[in-house]
Amino acid sequence: MDKSEKLALNVSGLLLVVFLVAIVYASVAKEVDVPTCITDMEPFATDTLFQTGPDSYELQMVARMWAFQPGNITLPAGSTVDLYLTSQDIIHGFKITGKNLNLMAVPGAINYMSVTFEEPGVYDFACHEFCGAAHHTMAGKFTIVEEEAFEGETFGEGSL
Amino acid sequence: MSTLDFRFTKSEKNLNSTLIIIPMVLLFIGIYGGFMQTLFRAGIVQSDPFMGGEYYKGLTIHGVLNAIVFTTFFAVALGNAVIPWSLKMNLNSKVAWLSGILMLVGSVITALVMVAGEATVLYTFYPPLKAHPLFYIGLVLVVVGSWVAFFNWIPMYLRWRKENAGEKTPIAVVGMFTTFIVWFIATLSVAVEILVFLLPWSLGLVDEVNVMLARTLFWFFGHPLVYFWLLPAYVMYYAFLPKIAGGRLYSDMAARLVFMLFIVFSVPVGTHHQYMDPAIGSQWKFLHGVFTFAVAFPSLITAFTIAASLEYAGRKRGGTGLFGWIKKLPFFEKDSWFFSYLIAGLVIFIFGGISGIVNASYQMNTVVHNTAWIPGHFHLTVAGPVLLAFLGGSMYLIHQFMGKPVKMKGWTLSVPYIYTIGVFIFSWGMMRGGLIGMPRRTNTGASYANPESMLYQPDWMPFIDISVIGGSIMFLAIVIYIVAFFATVSARSEATLEAVTFPVTAPLHDEPANWLRNFKPYIYIAIVLIVLSYTPVILDVLESTTGGSLPYSPNSPVPLR
Repeated sequence: MDKSEKLALNVSGLLLVVFLVAIVYASVAKEVDVPTCITDMEPFATDTLFQTGPDSYELQMVARMWAFQPGNITLPAGSTVDLYLTSQDIIHGFKITGKNLNLMAVPGAINYMSVTFEEPGVYDFACHEFCGAAHHTMAGKFTIVEEEAFEGETFGEGSL
Repeated sequence: MSTLDFRFTKSEKNLNSTLIIIPMVLLFIGIYGGFMQTLFRAGIVQSDPFMGGEYYKGLTIHGVLNAIVFTTFFAVALGNAVIPWSLKMNLNSKVAWLSGILMLVGSVITALVMVAGEATVLYTFYPPLKAHPLFYIGLVLVVVGSWVAFFNWIPMYLRWRKENAGEKTPIAVVGMFTTFIVWFIATLSVAVEILVFLLPWSLGLVDEVNVMLARTLFWFFGHPLVYFWLLPAYVMYYAFLPKIAGGRLYSDMAARLVFMLFIVFSVPVGTHHQYMDPAIGSQWKFLHGVFTFAVAFPSLITAFTIAASLEYAGRKRGGTGLFGWIKKLPFFEKDSWFFSYLIAGLVIFIFGGISGIVNASYQMNTVVHNTAWIPGHFHLTVAGPVLLAFLGGSMYLIHQFMGKPVKMKGWTLSVPYIYTIGVFIFSWGMMRGGLIGMPRRTNTGASYANPESMLYQPDWMPFIDISVIGGSIMFLAIVIYIVAFFATVSARSEATLEAVTFPVTAPLHDEPANWLRNFKPYIYIAIVLIVLSYTPVILDVLESTTGGSLPYSPNSPVPLR
């Protein structure tokens, strides 16, 4: 191996190490992580939303052909949502626009991720895994309102 | 390397020509489907006038025919070409034909089932969406056919090693064996998925299937599949490109190291497709992410070695200065038309590689997973360097095996450049749209891109329209290629039928590299890494999932049984 080749190998290796360190840093220091294995939760078949603390909620969401239940959720700004997701039939996908939350909904398994909505606004979500003929109509939204204007959390049917 | 003492038999030539021509027809059907998808997504068409299908049926055909059928045929044809030629040994013709016939029958069955609309499950065929049993059987035949081709080469290789003790295996042979070692390990998993779970379930012999387990088995196969696509292109980059450019391979040892690293790290990486999945511990996802970075390393080495080889060629052609040598490369020389297919692919792959590292980067995947970014990315890999190298390779193989002169050389040479412009525009639209939340695998034209729909997303429109422009240019390039390809196939044979040959030269730096001469230790390391990385994943899946799933049709929310 000549000198330039050795240099190229070292730089390549170093580059990948830098990327890896960045990932570990984001995971450990910034607590940005990916979904993990959930074993401490009973399977659920119906959706529910309840308050668990001053600014925190637990949402159990069910994906099915071709709707998210609930598909329409209203919460106050500053809410942290512990979101549990499962599927009742086939595989679906769930990503909230503008948020670092992206989950696969797989039948027989429960997926989990926590998300905080600081800013008021509408946060859309669309099913992102092919789930049959009407896949492209499977969508919903979080509506986040100012804390002063908030009149109690709501969730229900319907899409955007 | 003298090839005077080796000739392909008539039967080998006919087989290899068949293995190129029939998949080319299937590829074009698939690419037509891909072009229609860009129109569907923009709402320009609502149904496909030629195949009578809707978006998802066309998407299934596009994925299966282009990414699985065409690529597998080309890999087998390239192996059937360079292995006998390099080892100077003829194939066992009967076994080779058996492999070809299995693959052809399997592909035709799969294609017919998809066109009939009985397998609208996309190329990932995730349960509990159920396809017609013949869809799975067709795919199994394609895979088994490719195994038979591989098994046909193994005794040739072993005999050559015995008769040529102490000699280095030719690099093209090392590359093709790497391709098929990776393929064989990977397809074992999808064989289990299909034969043990999906096929009996599709036939109604068992009621339920564990969806997470099937999905995990699929991705055990699904990522090494990516390297199965890429590796034949690497064979052409390492073995052919230096000579076509007028130079030599810069380092023989680097090439061998790259192939061995692919054997080691190609498989224990599949869970990086499942970062957003439930039922798999995040620590194991992280481990697969680390191995994915490890498998990026050989591609970075390749970038250096190929660039150094091209620089050597450019300087030999009289190029000077830091970058002056680039201008001397044969970008527009009609007789070096193959060069354009390889160089354009390499340029595209710079961006395919970068976006791939983004996808693999653990939590960063949250931003892009299952968004339109992903098809944007993989059209810069499998539909970039892989497709172009395979198209160039197909033209070259037909030219050699049928003894036909390459027709429309100017057009043939310009196809990769036109295609590159198209794919850059297309992928930019898709990736940019993906970053603002546009999902992949979604008929946006019927909802999000329809101004009359409740779901209309005006922000996505510019990017959807850009992908139509890019997709149209890509399609145009392929139409030109197909015309040139069939003009070549139907041309009159060259008068002087010379023996089949490939553009291979001796490397510039040729070190002994004794530690890279045997596949065995690397296969053992690969097996150890696979067991270590997949055992906890499979255990997690088995422990944290409940119940199985009944089969579903894509057309109804009620299970089929």
